[in-house]
Amino acid sequence: MTTTTTKPRGSQAAKAPAFDSVAIRSDFPLLQTQSHGKPLAYLDNAATSQKPQAVIAAAARYYTTYNANIHRGVYKLSVDATAAYEAAREKVARFINAPSEREIVFVRGATEAVNLVAATWGMENIHSGDEIILSEMEHHSNIVPWQLLAQRTGAVIKVIAISQHGELAMDQYAQLLSDRTRLVALTHVSNALGTINPIERIVSMAKARGIPVLIDGAQSIPHMAIDVRKIGCDFFVFSGHKLYAPTGIGVLWAKGELLEKMPPYQGGGDMISTVSFAGSTWNDIPHKFEAGTPHISGAIGLGVAIDYLGGIGMDAIAEYEHDLLMYATKQLNRIPGLQIIGTAPEKAAVISFIMENIHPHDIGTIVDGEGVAIRTGHHCCQPLMDHYNIAATARASLAFYNNREDVDRLVAAVEKVKEVFN
Amino acid sequence: MSDLRDLYQQTILDHTRKPRNKHEMPDATSTADGHNRLCGDKIRLFLKVNAGIIEDISFTGNGCAISTASASMMTEALKGKSVAEAQPLFELFHTMLTSPMDQEPDLEALNKLAVFSGVREFPVRVKCATLPWHTLQAAIKNQDAPVTTE
Ligand SMILES: Cc1ncc(COP(=O)(O)O)c(C=O)c1O
Repeated sequence: MTTTTTKPRGSQAAKAPAFDSVAIRSDFPLLQTQSHGKPLAYLDNAATSQKPQAVIAAAARYYTTYNANIHRGVYKLSVDATAAYEAAREKVARFINAPSEREIVFVRGATEAVNLVAATWGMENIHSGDEIILSEMEHHSNIVPWQLLAQRTGAVIKVIAISQHGELAMDQYAQLLSDRTRLVALTHVSNALGTINPIERIVSMAKARGIPVLIDGAQSIPHMAIDVRKIGCDFFVFSGHKLYAPTGIGVLWAKGELLEKMPPYQGGGDMISTVSFAGSTWNDIPHKFEAGTPHISGAIGLGVAIDYLGGIGMDAIAEYEHDLLMYATKQLNRIPGLQIIGTAPEKAAVISFIMENIHPHDIGTIVDGEGVAIRTGHHCCQPLMDHYNIAATARASLAFYNNREDVDRLVAAVEKVKEVFN
Repeated sequence: MSDLRDLYQQTILDHTRKPRNKHEMPDATSTADGHNRLCGDKIRLFLKVNAGIIEDISFTGNGCAISTASASMMTEALKGKSVAEAQPLFELFHTMLTSPMDQEPDLEALNKLAVFSGVREFPVRVKCATLPWHTLQAAIKNQDAPVTTE
């Protein structure tokens, strides 16, 4: 049998191991490379994260030693591949404290997970005149699937506004909740602002009226420990590639009783129990939602990424990143003419900024020349950009493998931007 | 890295800071909107054409340094020219931006627009420079639908 676990870093003691950012950085091959002849300072982690060697090796090991399709062979390779794929599912369940691995559906990413819920649960439970509550800070992937559903069903979308600091208007949320509300779908952490939303309060307010809640965890899961039972939501979605795992794999977690009732998403192999032309019956959950050959190496890689993170500890990661965020915020705020967009007190390590008379696109090009990779644009949050009446921002998003030197390089690169334009 | 000074030439920065012909035109004979999906930049182009001659041309909108300077310099290059002259000039401009580095673009025919030759070292920025021109084409065709750089 092939092993898919990596050795946890540091001691096995109950205490969180000390945070060794130098050793951690050396685990990521891409961070050793250069960009434009300069060491790479990768600060676009909200778009996607780099992968530790353990994850890269796990995918290679699958393809070189036990590549086979899953759930359908009696031979050893297939049995091994199936075991590794299902072991990854168990790891995901433990990572988010799901009651059972049967509630973990592998999908392509957060986007597909939201679409799955909208197309299955949504089509069955949301009708004409029903209301879906979203917020102004949602990623397009947690807006457009609901718009499509609303077009099909005649449902109505209600939007929680945000303050200038980038916090949800909780009073307004309380007013939006009504007898017509059928779903609240909200991001845990804003990818463009970094705001950490008070989702436990949001969920309990919805639950008081029996309203289901979907949480988009794409930007929270890389930065903090997630406990879906504590959050109390009904659906939680995220992408593997932002969690140091391969692209093309992601997770929908939903309460078992909901998954049992939901119709299938796509039809095909693996999701059925029996097929005849008189009609077919569905496989048990979660397989009912996993039609066709899945991203086997991706799921295995996700499991290994979770092992890797477990070796460091999500609480240690959150603490380290918070410290780095405070440092970066302080350093960037010192630059005259630079304005940070998104100044909520509770933030994950995302810093969006604009500069007086300098377009984000030009900032991005010039800092790229210094080996600093940041994102510029609307970050798939056009309604949010409209709120701030801007077309785009420059955004630095940090991970636990970043350090103060990366931040200093960003600051120096931004100074260079000012030089070019002055 | 390709030299930033090739991209952000003084002439370009000057047009970015003080864009020429950046205003609305109430008596335009046609207008068009352009949109760069990558960066969210939007531009509106105004044309006043009389007997095939571009009598006046202006633009509004917010964009990056490259698209603003390109719009500004395009309006300067085309004012007083015939509509028929605009298309070949755009083709030359486009060729300059997309030709391989070892090919000499026709800088002479492009005149002042040759300052954008550095953009071809930055392929992701080519669309910034061409957005005003694509929008111009739409205005010439008098299309109502917004154009994108896709
Ligand atoms: C908050 C949020 N939700 C959803 C997504 C969509 O993730 P993916 O493109 O991996 O499906 C992203 C990715 O940028 C995101 O930041």
